[in-house]
Amino acid sequence: MIKIDQLSKVFQTSNQSIQAVDQIDLQINKGEIFGIIGYSGAGKSTFIRLINRLEEPSAGSVLIDDQDITALSKRDLRLSRQEIGMIFQHFNLLWSRTVRENIAFPLEIAGLSKAERSERVDQLIQLVGLTGREDAYPAQLSGGQKQRVGIARALANNPKVLLCDEATSALDPETTDSILSLLVDINEKLGLTIILITHEMHVIQKICHNVAVMEEGRIVEQGSVLDVFSHPKQPVTKKFVEQVMGKPDDEVADDIFIQQVNSGKVLKLQFVGESTNQAFISQVAKKYDVELNILQGNIKQTQAGAYGSLYIQVTGTDEVVSQAIAYMDSTSIEVEVVAND
Amino acid sequence: MTDLFPNVDWPDLVEATGETFYMTIVALIGALILGLFLGLLLYLTSPSGLWKNKYVHFIIATFVNVFRAIPFAILIFLLFPVTNFLFGTFRGTTPAIPALIVGTAPFYGRLVEIALREIDKGVVEAAQAMGAKTSTIIFKVLLKESIPALVSGLTVTSIALVGYTAIAGMIGAGGLGDYAYFYGFTRRNFDIVLVCTVLIVIIVFIFQFIGDWITKRLDKR
Repeated sequence: MIKIDQLSKVFQTSNQSIQAVDQIDLQINKGEIFGIIGYSGAGKSTFIRLINRLEEPSAGSVLIDDQDITALSKRDLRLSRQEIGMIFQHFNLLWSRTVRENIAFPLEIAGLSKAERSERVDQLIQLVGLTGREDAYPAQLSGGQKQRVGIARALANNPKVLLCDEATSALDPETTDSILSLLVDINEKLGLTIILITHEMHVIQKICHNVAVMEEGRIVEQGSVLDVFSHPKQPVTKKFVEQVMGKPDDEVADDIFIQQVNSGKVLKLQFVGESTNQAFISQVAKKYDVELNILQGNIKQTQAGAYGSLYIQVTGTDEVVSQAIAYMDSTSIEVEVVAND
Repeated sequence: MTDLFPNVDWPDLVEATGETFYMTIVALIGALILGLFLGLLLYLTSPSGLWKNKYVHFIIATFVNVFRAIPFAILIFLLFPVTNFLFGTFRGTTPAIPALIVGTAPFYGRLVEIALREIDKGVVEAAQAMGAKTSTIIFKVLLKESIPALVSGLTVTSIALVGYTAIAGMIGAGGLGDYAYFYGFTRRNFDIVLVCTVLIVIIVFIFQFIGDWITKRLDKR
């Protein structure tokens, strides 16, 4: 478990001081993927670098498994850093080393023998899916492959935690997804705690369990991804949710498509953490003698299940329609009648 | 050949060529070691360096700038007492070497510093994040990653050195410069000057060719 207490960073320039990180308190559980989202300049990059002291904190403490990182001597810090993997936006690989040699570098630092290094590198290459590219130089790799090398390198010494500094921001959407899947895979396989920072809500939605929103060096909102998605409080959070979900529902409700419906009822189904939405519609259709017509929907998969809303038109006799609605209401899905014929 | 260059004594010429190679290569090794040392210190003590230190940086930078500012022809005279103390004479190839090193190491030091600056800071940071010691970062990241630039800098330095050996030759250091000056210029045997010029140009081309070839082989970017 990682416990961050009143962590602050002030940058002192000749004529002013900038509070990049302002008294952050956080608790990150073992084995979770924790996302920190914010616009550039929010201080998230400084924050993640405070965790392994690439940036020295001005105040506060970072506890990883009860070890106070901020209190360590330089020598002990070096040893602790071997247990904190880190990947970067621009990969930061060594140009003069092959894939194998890049992955072996942290093992050289940790003082493993040549045979041990070679064995471990083989495992890692397989884990990140780089088999066949072992002897390529970084210049010969695509962005996604370079990040895979970065991930393998970060995992080499079996870290307790993996820090991801905008790890997918330099990649195209498709490659981003494949790297995100790899991170989830690693998280599940190794039970590794992952802390990532990003400015893309898509990344949070896809892989994070919990999220914190940063603005002006502070955490303005945090909670489970589903909670934050379904009930964003701060304006900045709402903006981020819009990135993924589109405009809020109340604006959609006024849309013309609802007014054009001239028979039956229009229902809005709100899914929060419901993972069986696919079968749900057909279940209703089978159970009750109603016609169901999907009008519009926006459902995203998160690590904790689906989130989003679906507008459907239900037609049939009044009695059966009310029975169907009552059934839907009895599940975990929120049902709201938005229009009657 | 004898008709074209009547005054050239071929065994002497071969010996002079050998002396030029000897001085250049030995001084190059010296400039490499001293230059790497100076360049690394300049880089590491700079305001954004790992050993950030205003005073050490100022001292090294001043030393480098002063010695780069002194023209080589004058530097040799300036170092006469040192050379005399070390070797008991200032004539000959070996006594010329300290001056050649002092004349080129600061120049190479600046090239080393530039080469190190070219390395992405992120790579150094990644190594720090892995828990690397500073010595590991110096040898396995900084020097290793900049090898292509260090070699091409050494190529440039070697060519400057060939030129400096010719200047040193004029005060009796030996080599092709010495031969061209004393046997060619002072005795008005211009065929000797011409042959020496051609040989020096060939030597420069050889250094350039080898340097470019090594750089190309090492550059994985």
